[in-house]
Amino acid sequence: MADIVPTAAEDIPSAEVAEVDLYHAKSWWTKYVFSQDAKVIAVQYSCTAIAIGLVALVLSWLMRLQLGFPESFSFIDASDYYQFITMHGMIMVIYLLTALFLGGFGNYLIPLMVGARDMVFPYVNMLSFWVYLLAVVVLVASFFVPGGPTGAGWTLYPPQAILSGTPGSEYGIILMLVSLALFIIGFTMGGLNYVVTVLQARTRGMTLMRMPLTVWGIFVATILALLAFPALFVGAVMMLFDRILGSSFFMPAIVVMGEQLSYSGGSPILFQHLFWFFGHPEVYIVALPAFGIVSDLLSVHARRHIFGYRMMVWAIVIIGALSFVVWAHHMYVSGMNPWFGFFFATTTLIIAVPTALKVYNWTLTLWRANIQLTLPMLFALAFIVTFVNGGITGLFLGNVVVDVPLSDTMFVVAHFHMVMGVAPLLVIFGAIYHWYPLMTGRMLDEKMGKFHFWVTFIGTYTIFLPLHYLGILGVPRRYFEMGDTSFIPDSAQDLNAFITVAALIVGFAQLVFLYNLFRSLRHGKISERNPWKAASLEWQTAAYPPGHGNFGEHLPVVYRWAYDYGVPGAPDDFIPQNVPNNAVAESHAEAPSAADDAEAPRT
Amino acid sequence: MKKGFGVAFMLFLVTAGTVLFHVFSPWWWTPLASNWGYIDDTIILTFWITGVVFVAVLGFTAYCVLRFSYQEGRRSEYKPENKKVEWWLTGLTSLGVVGMLTPGLFVWNEFVSVPKDAAVIEVMGQQWQWSYRLPGKDGVLGTTDVRQVNDKNPFGINMKDPKGRDDVLISGEDLHLPLDKPVKVLLRSLDVLHDFYVPQFRAKMDMVPGVVTYFWFTPTRTGTFDALCFELCGVGHYAMRSKVVVEKEGAYQAWLKKQQTFAQSLRAAEKQSGAESKVASAQGSGNAAGGGSPPLVTGR
Repeated sequence: MADIVPTAAEDIPSAEVAEVDLYHAKSWWTKYVFSQDAKVIAVQYSCTAIAIGLVALVLSWLMRLQLGFPESFSFIDASDYYQFITMHGMIMVIYLLTALFLGGFGNYLIPLMVGARDMVFPYVNMLSFWVYLLAVVVLVASFFVPGGPTGAGWTLYPPQAILSGTPGSEYGIILMLVSLALFIIGFTMGGLNYVVTVLQARTRGMTLMRMPLTVWGIFVATILALLAFPALFVGAVMMLFDRILGSSFFMPAIVVMGEQLSYSGGSPILFQHLFWFFGHPEVYIVALPAFGIVSDLLSVHARRHIFGYRMMVWAIVIIGALSFVVWAHHMYVSGMNPWFGFFFATTTLIIAVPTALKVYNWTLTLWRANIQLTLPMLFALAFIVTFVNGGITGLFLGNVVVDVPLSDTMFVVAHFHMVMGVAPLLVIFGAIYHWYPLMTGRMLDEKMGKFHFWVTFIGTYTIFLPLHYLGILGVPRRYFEMGDTSFIPDSAQDLNAFITVAALIVGFAQLVFLYNLFRSLRHGKISERNPWKAASLEWQTAAYPPGHGNFGEHLPVVYRWAYDYGVPGAPDDFIPQNVPNNAVAESHAEAPSAADDAEAPRT
Repeated sequence: MKKGFGVAFMLFLVTAGTVLFHVFSPWWWTPLASNWGYIDDTIILTFWITGVVFVAVLGFTAYCVLRFSYQEGRRSEYKPENKKVEWWLTGLTSLGVVGMLTPGLFVWNEFVSVPKDAAVIEVMGQQWQWSYRLPGKDGVLGTTDVRQVNDKNPFGINMKDPKGRDDVLISGEDLHLPLDKPVKVLLRSLDVLHDFYVPQFRAKMDMVPGVVTYFWFTPTRTGTFDALCFELCGVGHYAMRSKVVVEKEGAYQAWLKKQQTFAQSLRAAEKQSGAESKVASAQGSGNAAGGGSPPLVTGR
C-alpha cells in the first residue's frame, strides 16, 4: 500500500510545465451562457438533462396509465403507447443518465477532484454542451412532426424501425437518428476533455492511485463511451441511408402488407450487433460513474476509508474492459448463430465477479465505521439494495439458457430498471444532496429530502420487484394491452394497477425534489465550508463555493489518497488530501490554509 | 432507541420482504408443457445461489448500519485492505458463478442440439399474423423465396421446387402438434422481426427476415396454448396471436388430413380467379399474405 501511506512533502516533484492562462469571461454572456468554465457547463448539462428527463418521467406516467388501466384512456392508442416507451427509454439512457453523469458530474468534479483549474480544452468543452443541446432540441422536435416520434422501441431494430407498420417511420425515426448522431458528436468533444484532463492535468502529487473513485469511474466510463459510441454512430448513419437513400445495409428482401419492397441483401442482425456493441458498454457508461460516486458517498458519510481501494480501481478497469466482450448476451434469442451463446454467457457471468467484489467492498466499508445517516448515505444504502437486486437478476439473463424463457418479458424490464435505472438514479440523488452545498453554498432541505428518499426508494422497489414475477409468469414487454390470454390471471392486472399507482406517487416525490432544488437556491440553510468534512480536493478550494479557476493563486499539492478518515493519531477524523504529514499534527480545522492555495480565487 | 435502528430496520424489512414476496408470490411460471424442465431447474438453482448472496449482503449492510451508527468522538477502524478477506470473497463468488454457469451451458448445449428424429415444421411471421407450413407426404419442406410471395402464393414457396407442392399450409388457424414427438421449428419472417413463443414450452427464437432460424422442443402435455409475438414488430405487435393445440397422434392425424396442400390451394385460387376474378382480388388474401388485413389498431 505504498501509494496510500502519507508521503512526506519532499517527495512531491515540482511542476514541470507552467500553467496555461485561463480564458477569462469578458461579459455576462461569456460568463453564464457561452461559458468555458467546466462548472458552468456542468450546470448547463445537468439542467438540460433534468429538463428532458422530466419529459421521460411524464411519458412513463402515460405508459403506466395504459398498463394499469387499459381501455380507460381514449387519448392513448397503440401508436402513442409505442412512442411513449421508445422515447422514455431513449431519453433516460442517453439524454438523461449519460449526459448527467458525464457531462454534469464529469465536468463539475473532474477538474476539482484532480486539482486542475479547468478542463484542458475549455472551448471544445463549451461546444460539447451546445451540440448536446442541439441533439435534445432535434429529439424534442420529433414530437411535433407529422406521425410523431418513432415508436420502434429504444433499440430501434430494423427493418421495423423504418417501415410503415411502426409509428414515426416517416419523420420521427429520421430525427431520432440525427439526434443520436449529434449527441455522439457532442459527447466526443466532452469525452476527450475528461480523459485528457485526468491524464494530463492532475495536480502535483495526485497520482492515479490517489484519485477519488468518482474520478476513476467517470474516467473509465468516458473511455468506454469514446470506444462504444462510434458503433452506434455508424449504425445510425447506415440506417439513415437505408431510410432516405434506399440502401440495404440492414434490409433484406421484404414483403410488407403484400407489397414487395426494393430492399435486398441486408442483415437486420448486423444492426443489433452494432447497437449492442455500443449498448452493453453503455450500461457501464452509466454504472461506472455511479460505482465511483457511491464509493465516495459511502466513505465520506461512514467516516471511514473505502475498503480495498486498489481492488476497487482494478474492478472498474476490468469491468470496463470486459464490457466490450459481452454485448451479444442481449441477442441470445436474436437468431444469431446459437453457438455464440457459450462464449457470451461465460464472459457475462465472469463480469459478475469484479462487480460482486465492488458490492462486498462497499458493505465492508461500513464495517467498524462511524456511519452518519445523512441523505447521501441513505441514498447510497438504497443504491446497494437496488443494485444487488438488479445485479442478481442479471445473472439470470446472462446465463444463456435461462434467458430463453425470460427474454422480452417484464422480467427484463424489471431487471434493467432496477440495475441501470433506479440504482444509478439513487446515486445521482445522493450525489446532488452531497455536492449541492459545494455548488451553491447552501444545503438542501432535510425534511423534504427525507420524504423524497423514502418515497423514491420504497416506491421504486415496490414497482420493480413484483414486475419480475409478471415476467416469470410470461407477461411480454412492449404490449399495449394483454387482452385475453389464458395463462395470465386477472390478478396480474390488479398488480399492474397497483404498480401504476406506485409509479404516480414516486413521480410526485420527484416534483418535491425539484421544488427543493429551486427553493434551496435562495432559502436553503447556508452551508459551512466543507459541511461533510470530506477529504477530497473539491472541498479544499480557496473560495467556497469555488470560483473560476477553481483554486487560489497556487494549485493544491496532494500528499495522500482521498480516503484518510479515522487515521490513528490524527487530531480530526479526516485529513484532507492537500495536508502534508508535518501539518497533520497541528490542528487542520482550516485545512486549505495548511496548503499553499489560500489566496483569493483567480476569477 | 438506538441511532440507526430505523434505517437498519427498513433495510431488514426490504430484505425479508423480498424473500417473503418470492416465496408467496401468486405470480409464477406457467405449468411446463415441454421437455425443457432443465431450464426451470437452472432457474431454481440460480434463485438459490443468488438468494443466499442477496440475504447475506443486505443482512450484513443492515447489521453495520445498526451496529456502527455515528457516535460523537468515535473513530472508525483504519484498515484499508484485507487480502485474506478479499481473496476468500473472490473465490466464493467465482464458485457461485461456476455453479450457475456449468448447468446453464450444459442445458444450452441440449437446446442447440436438435435430435435427428425431430419432425420439421415452419412458423412464418408477418405483420401481424402467424402462418404454419408442414411438410407433405415427401416429408420435406419446399424451398422459399420472399420474391415469390403474392396473393396466390402467400408463403413464397418456390414454384419450380416439386417438394413444395405437397406442403401443408395453415393460415389464420391454430397449429396442431402431436404429443411427445420432438419438433424442430423453422422460423421465417416476411417483413420485420417477430418471435413465436408459447410460455408453457419455455423455448423461443426470433424470426429474422432474410434468414431461417430455429429452435426445438418436445410437447409433453396435451392442451391448447396461447402463442404470442415476443419481439416488437410494429403497432399491432400486441395483437399478433395464435394458438397451439397439442394432441394425441390419432387426433393429430385426423386434423392433418383436413388441411390443404399448396397444390390444392393453387388450384382453388385458379378456379376462383376464373369465376369471380374481381371479388377474389379484393378478398382472396383475407387469411393469407396480409395484403388485405388492415392495421389492427390505427383509427382506434
